[in-house]
Amino acid sequence: MKQSERIAGNVASYIDDRTGAAGWAKKNLTKVFPDHWSFMLGEIALYSFVILLLSGTFLTFWFDPSQQEVVYNGAYAPLSHVSMSASYASTLHISFDVRGGLLMRQIHHWAALIFMAAIVVHLLRVFFTGAFRKPREANWLIGIGLLTLGIVEGFLGYSLPDDLLSGTGIRIAEAIIQAIPVVGSYLSFFAFGGAFPGHVFIPRIYIVHVLLLPGIFLALITVHLMLVWYQKHTQYPGPGRKETNVVGYPLMPVYMAKAGGFFFIVFGVTAFLGAVASINPIWLYGPYTPGQISAGSQPDWYMGWLDGLVRMAPPLETHAFGHTISWNILIPGLIIPGILFTGMALYPFIESWISGDNREHHLLDRPRNVPNRTALGAMSLSFMIISLANGGNDIIATHFHLTINGIMWFTRFGLFIVPPIVFIITKRICLSLQRADREIVLHGRETGRLVMTPEGEFIEVHEELSAEKKWTLTQHEQRPALTATAVDSNGTSSRAGLKGKLRARMSAANAEQIPAPTSAELQELEGGHH
Amino acid sequence: MSNSISRFEDPGLPEHQHRKSDIDAIAANRAERQVAVLFLLSAIGTIGTIASYIFIDSKKFIYLPILGDTNAQQLALGTGLAASLFFIGIAAVHWAKTLMPDEEVIAERHEFRSSDEDRADFVTTVKERAGAAGLGRRSLIKRSMGIALGLIGLSPLVLLRDLGPLPKQQLFTTDWSAGVRLVTDPGDRPIKPSDLEVGAVAQVLPQLPAGTERTLENVGKDAVLLIRIRPEDFNLDAERLSWTHDGIIAFSKICSHMGCAVALYEQQTKHLLCPCHQSTFDVTRAAKVIFGPAARPLPQLALTLDADGYLVAKQGFTEPVGPSFWERNSA
Repeated sequence: MKQSERIAGNVASYIDDRTGAAGWAKKNLTKVFPDHWSFMLGEIALYSFVILLLSGTFLTFWFDPSQQEVVYNGAYAPLSHVSMSASYASTLHISFDVRGGLLMRQIHHWAALIFMAAIVVHLLRVFFTGAFRKPREANWLIGIGLLTLGIVEGFLGYSLPDDLLSGTGIRIAEAIIQAIPVVGSYLSFFAFGGAFPGHVFIPRIYIVHVLLLPGIFLALITVHLMLVWYQKHTQYPGPGRKETNVVGYPLMPVYMAKAGGFFFIVFGVTAFLGAVASINPIWLYGPYTPGQISAGSQPDWYMGWLDGLVRMAPPLETHAFGHTISWNILIPGLIIPGILFTGMALYPFIESWISGDNREHHLLDRPRNVPNRTALGAMSLSFMIISLANGGNDIIATHFHLTINGIMWFTRFGLFIVPPIVFIITKRICLSLQRADREIVLHGRETGRLVMTPEGEFIEVHEELSAEKKWTLTQHEQRPALTATAVDSNGTSSRAGLKGKLRARMSAANAEQIPAPTSAELQELEGGHH
Repeated sequence: MSNSISRFEDPGLPEHQHRKSDIDAIAANRAERQVAVLFLLSAIGTIGTIASYIFIDSKKFIYLPILGDTNAQQLALGTGLAASLFFIGIAAVHWAKTLMPDEEVIAERHEFRSSDEDRADFVTTVKERAGAAGLGRRSLIKRSMGIALGLIGLSPLVLLRDLGPLPKQQLFTTDWSAGVRLVTDPGDRPIKPSDLEVGAVAQVLPQLPAGTERTLENVGKDAVLLIRIRPEDFNLDAERLSWTHDGIIAFSKICSHMGCAVALYEQQTKHLLCPCHQSTFDVTRAAKVIFGPAARPLPQLALTLDADGYLVAKQGFTEPVGPSFWERNSA
């Protein structure tokens, strides 16, 4: 036995003597993970989180979260002798006097943008492939929680430097708090320790940003990953892939090397962005004062849709009985986001209620095979994209020589008109793709080879698909719609209630499918050919 | 349906195709060398990072196409760090893809549902244990426990009360009142009408009593925009016209929508635009909202001259400035 093996053996037995972990470890080191590029999206989010913890810790060594006024006398000459808050001054110090400080700030900010982008794209992947279905509803809810907290955490993070841009963002947040009926003014005064901007808000959000929320993140991410581990990863349909198995590579060594390597790749790319791509150059904005602002004020992208909704809101306020309700703030700032996020959270439960499907699902859907869900996702996405576009309406206007007013009116109407159109088009595309699948299974792949028959007729040779391909295109289940009476399992009344009718109608819409081809159909066709 | 009977059959996992490095020792050795080179590139990156920390002047800026003026040390540190990380990742992935086994493995999955027996046992156990605690029988305990647990959440709420003072009248008041001089920001100099040309715009603040330090809280509610246009361009009622002075009109600079500084003044159209949400106000019509989400005009400050000929406020604002709030009582 080699010496290294003996040492490894000794370490293993030391640990197992005290924990009995050998059996567990043996099983889990060979745990199988399916391989697909889209499964790396969640990984990017996870790795960005680690990068955020590392780079963020570095920044805390110099950042001073205080709104005490100081006079700047650091390396950045244009702001010499200017009065500013200690948090702005220390951010300048990190950017200009700490070696590698600007790099770490930019890595931190880029990592935050990538973190949010990865979460959103991961969520879309999970949604469109139906990975949220039983038994993974809890992980879907945790994911929505992480997305929501991520938006808040990002906002608090870029608010910390107390520059003119981020201070304006805090001002807007304060206006949203103040708009809450009955208790708004009180909440605002409690949050800000008095009138805006006060001296306590940045120290307070600092501790939330570096301790409270990261702690909650860590807990939620841990549970999220433990559930993935315990429930085993979903997999795409294909030959040999069943609801009852997992096909892929073992954790050790392949998955460890790939996933571990991918962490370094994500970190490397983020570091490169931090090195060459300037982000949030706060020294150009100047320190915050409520009396000033810069043109083109923009939040980070994951807040942009919210800002876009606020921008397009109609000027509605109710003044009655000596009180004011600002619908122009409440509707876009709280009510619509509330509806969107609640709907998103409840979606797995709504879908299973409509389908009456209460079974476990481990094989993913191809989006085309679930036209209604895919169309709903595309529709929601178009809603968000229109809102986001309006969040940058001033930038779009100056870049493309359009008027802000024109863009605003376009998005005001577009928000209601475009999503239903997107729904219809997406559904039609899905059904067309199903038709194309059916066609290619029954008639084979077009080879582009033309052959002349003895009769002088030209035909194109079609090549029959491989058994693997045929299986991949036809394996999905097509459930018939529930009928209104079948829905009402109550037994006491034969008539379906309103709820039952609604469910039956939605179930029928979900069941609209192009029938998947069967081997019998193929045989029949082939019989005809010969 | 016949669908279920005559489905296509799952052909099972396709046969494993060997990679070149699996069957060809030369290819495998080449892959090993490639992985080694990638790891060494990472090491070079780290050495470069350390070298640039020591040897590059931290204040030196260099000009690069596209990037513009860039701090040389930050750039070198960043690219070195990026290379050292990136190549470790690439090396590991290349290693996994060329030399580690690439045969797919099948693991069985089991339904999570426990056996009916276990489930029934579980329910019985819970019922039995709960019964042992007397939860069902002793309603006095149940109710009093409910009261105790329900109330305990109130303490932290009470303890948070000192986060801030009550709003009282603070959202209704500003530092403007009759006779308070308008002073420039920055500079704190009083202003005469002759200081403003037609078409000019200036940010002003109220002159605070001597010895009072101006805070950001003051600026956040006191900031006022002073605009001078030709008097005949005004389209105001008699009262509002009397609040102007010789074409000079003053509005709160704090947006009536969400409190941003309404800082963009377009001289030609005499419109004020808030850069945050594009609410647009017409200066000639007492800052009436002509576009965007703001629901109210910017409050107008009444102006007059004092004995020395300086601009002063005729009175304080007649309505609260800034975004709306529940207690606000005017349209």
